[in-house]
Amino acid sequence: MESISKNSRRDFLKATAITGGGLILGFNWFNVEAAPVIVSNSAFTAGNVGFNSYLSIASDGIVTIMSPNPELGQNIMTSFPMVVAEELEADWTKVNVIQANLDSKFQRQLTGGSGAVPHSWKLLRTAGATAKAMLIQAAAQQWSVPINECSAAMGFVIHAPSGKKLGYGDLAEAASKVPVPTDIKFKDRKDFKIIGTQVRNVENKKIVTGKPLFGMDFYREGMLFAMVQRPESFGMKLKSVDSVAAKAMPGIVDVISFKNNVAVVGKSTWQVMKARKLLKIEYEKDGVVESTDDHNKLFLSLMDTGTATVRRKDGDVDEAFKNAAKVVKGEYQCPFISHSPMEPMNFFADVRVDGIELVGPTQTPASARSQVSKLLNVPEDKITLQLTRLGGGFGRRLQNDYALEAAEVSSIVKAPIKLIWSKEDDMTGGIYRPAVRYRFEAALDASGSMIGYKLRGVGINSGNSTRENNFPSGAVDNLLIDSIEHKSPITTGAWRAPITNFLAYAEQSFIDEVAQAAGKDPVAFRLELLEKAKVKPVGDIRYDINRMIGVIKLAAEKSEWGKNKKVSQGFSVYFSHASYVAQVAEVEMQSGMPVVKKIFAIADCGQVVNLGGARQQVMGGVVDGLGHAMYSKLSFKDGAAEQKNYNTYRLIRMKEIPEIETHFVENGIDPTGLGEPALPPTGGAVANAIFKATGKRLRSQPFTDQDVFKAIS
Amino acid sequence: MAIYKLQINGKTLQADVEPDTPLLWVLRDHLGLVGTKYGCGIAQCGACTVHVNGGAMRSCVYPVSAVGNSPVITIEGLSEKGDHPLQLAWDEVDVAQCGYCQAGQIMTAAALLKKTPKPSDEDIENTMHGNICRCGAYHRIREAVKLASTKA
Repeated sequence: MESISKNSRRDFLKATAITGGGLILGFNWFNVEAAPVIVSNSAFTAGNVGFNSYLSIASDGIVTIMSPNPELGQNIMTSFPMVVAEELEADWTKVNVIQANLDSKFQRQLTGGSGAVPHSWKLLRTAGATAKAMLIQAAAQQWSVPINECSAAMGFVIHAPSGKKLGYGDLAEAASKVPVPTDIKFKDRKDFKIIGTQVRNVENKKIVTGKPLFGMDFYREGMLFAMVQRPESFGMKLKSVDSVAAKAMPGIVDVISFKNNVAVVGKSTWQVMKARKLLKIEYEKDGVVESTDDHNKLFLSLMDTGTATVRRKDGDVDEAFKNAAKVVKGEYQCPFISHSPMEPMNFFADVRVDGIELVGPTQTPASARSQVSKLLNVPEDKITLQLTRLGGGFGRRLQNDYALEAAEVSSIVKAPIKLIWSKEDDMTGGIYRPAVRYRFEAALDASGSMIGYKLRGVGINSGNSTRENNFPSGAVDNLLIDSIEHKSPITTGAWRAPITNFLAYAEQSFIDEVAQAAGKDPVAFRLELLEKAKVKPVGDIRYDINRMIGVIKLAAEKSEWGKNKKVSQGFSVYFSHASYVAQVAEVEMQSGMPVVKKIFAIADCGQVVNLGGARQQVMGGVVDGLGHAMYSKLSFKDGAAEQKNYNTYRLIRMKEIPEIETHFVENGIDPTGLGEPALPPTGGAVANAIFKATGKRLRSQPFTDQDVFKAIS
Repeated sequence: MAIYKLQINGKTLQADVEPDTPLLWVLRDHLGLVGTKYGCGIAQCGACTVHVNGGAMRSCVYPVSAVGNSPVITIEGLSEKGDHPLQLAWDEVDVAQCGYCQAGQIMTAAALLKKTPKPSDEDIENTMHGNICRCGAYHRIREAVKLASTKA
């Protein structure tokens, strides 16, 4: 047995019987501090067992587990139950998964930061292992045999000496009466039968048959539809509204104004969409109105004259640069981009005198509820939130502005409302990945060793754009990292792999430049830095040097790095969300244009839970990273986004994807993040491969705006 | 407003809507068929793809008044038991991430297989290029179409 978990808090788990003879093992998933809760059978049938999560085993042997975190495609509804089923020794074909609604007992009922599996790993294992121990004990009692002669497999407890065997369904009721054990043993990793295998998404059947899973699919008899016209320009505010023509349209119930918004409320989506076009709205200036041209000038001036906040300082950089045999400088810039999940923003809200019902897609349901509570001055315990599947998030649905709008409109018109955004609303409505510019400088000594390193980030609404404790910090004696922020009315927010989605490309491109200037192989140069950090670490090091070396070496091996292949290879490695991903991009020239043919992605995310899902996250992350690096940008003219829908805002499509080969490092470490870490390295690997193929360094995104792609963009 | 009698998934369904109402919103708001998704509203992403007269159609820009007696098939009517070769392949290959675009992807692929039961890789890419998957599940979409074409 690998390790032992002590359930020292009696209230973490509680067992009870189900009517008709079954076991419910309720557990306060993320909160061992919660008070003990009495579980009653009637409560269970009503769908509320008093716990925020549970594992139940019915008399027919069906195992049901509640999945608390919002599902947006990271496959959490499949990977969480896999961990429980593994320790339970369940038959996977008899496992059922239910999406939990918002429950205030959770501490981390959210999707963000690639943190769900790392956070819950031990809790999930404990839940499964505890139930298994209770089932075994119940069987041993029934057979009057020693517990240590019994074992469990595939949903049965077996007594090998006598050949006796009972299914979990038959044992569940007796198991519910066994005291909950506090000392339970986890399985040895080598005995895993479910964890690490490919298990299909538990919602596949519903997805491929078009079942109503998403917030957009939620309909309630008598509800009204609402859309909101917001100022299209950041820095403008509402001056006047003429809604006469809109109100006269068929099906329109009301047109209301709140804050800087005008909401059209009607009986069907199309009627609302049509009427909305007839609104005559005047806006007026409310502070500064910015364009991309202004930002480009600002980036250049702030880089030299802005007030910088020092993020990290090691040694004496001025001295290092004074003594340098060679100095390398490089600047990189990225545009704003939109999250643009396929399912537009939407939420259902029914604000009644007795309470508020919310239904819809959000990455942060608890925050949605508390914000609505504050907005409408209604206590949180009067607000329920039903989570729907999210048609993508990418960080956009960490914000709940659209849920607040739904609640506000419902409170004004006093009717249940489904509020939806159009794709244009989404692209013009803000909370973008911020535009950032970086300046890197490296000082090399005569032997080509990096003795000094400087990084300055200038970000729009991004105070810290530098992730200063990442590589190469720790590997350079003299280092200065600082950042400058420009405050803009254009709203920004976390976008999948916040900051690192762009910083990684800039940094890994620059490291490539420095290696070239030092006359060293890019892989060897990175390894040299890491070896130095191992022997003589400088300051605080937040990444695991050996894990980083591990993915670099495996990527070089799998891609046959430096073996004179007929393609141009580019290397990149990045640490984010506690995981390590190295990538090698292969580029070929076709008709004078660089074409990305293949990307090798090597991930160290610790123990892989679902191999199929993990591959999907890595491949999706690479496609996402490549697509946005190559094609996507949001530019502004007089405060308004110039790209408003997919006809002008480019996303990657099928013919543009390269072959992707994924590998995972097996090292027996508990799981670390995977929803985001595969994205950051891609831009750098591709840019470095394009440099190899063309001799041209790509200094800004999207790449297709750059000269090497001019003929095809 | 006018009453439209539509042939959808083998049944006659009736909706009282304005003539310019896109088929997408008739399906979703009036007929309770929400498997057909709203994505971009301008026929760029393919999430709203249905079959009209056996061909793939972007329902977000197709007015209900143009449908007439043409048979319409939505994802709910692609197969009776969810066992169309593409639906089975989508499960076997484990295509979906968020899943929102997948009904449109499947309907686009189903129209292709109906016309070209054994499509080349190029046929598949040319056809599926019009559908956006924001999660980037394109490799598995391609693989699933290929798999379905070998089993159909």
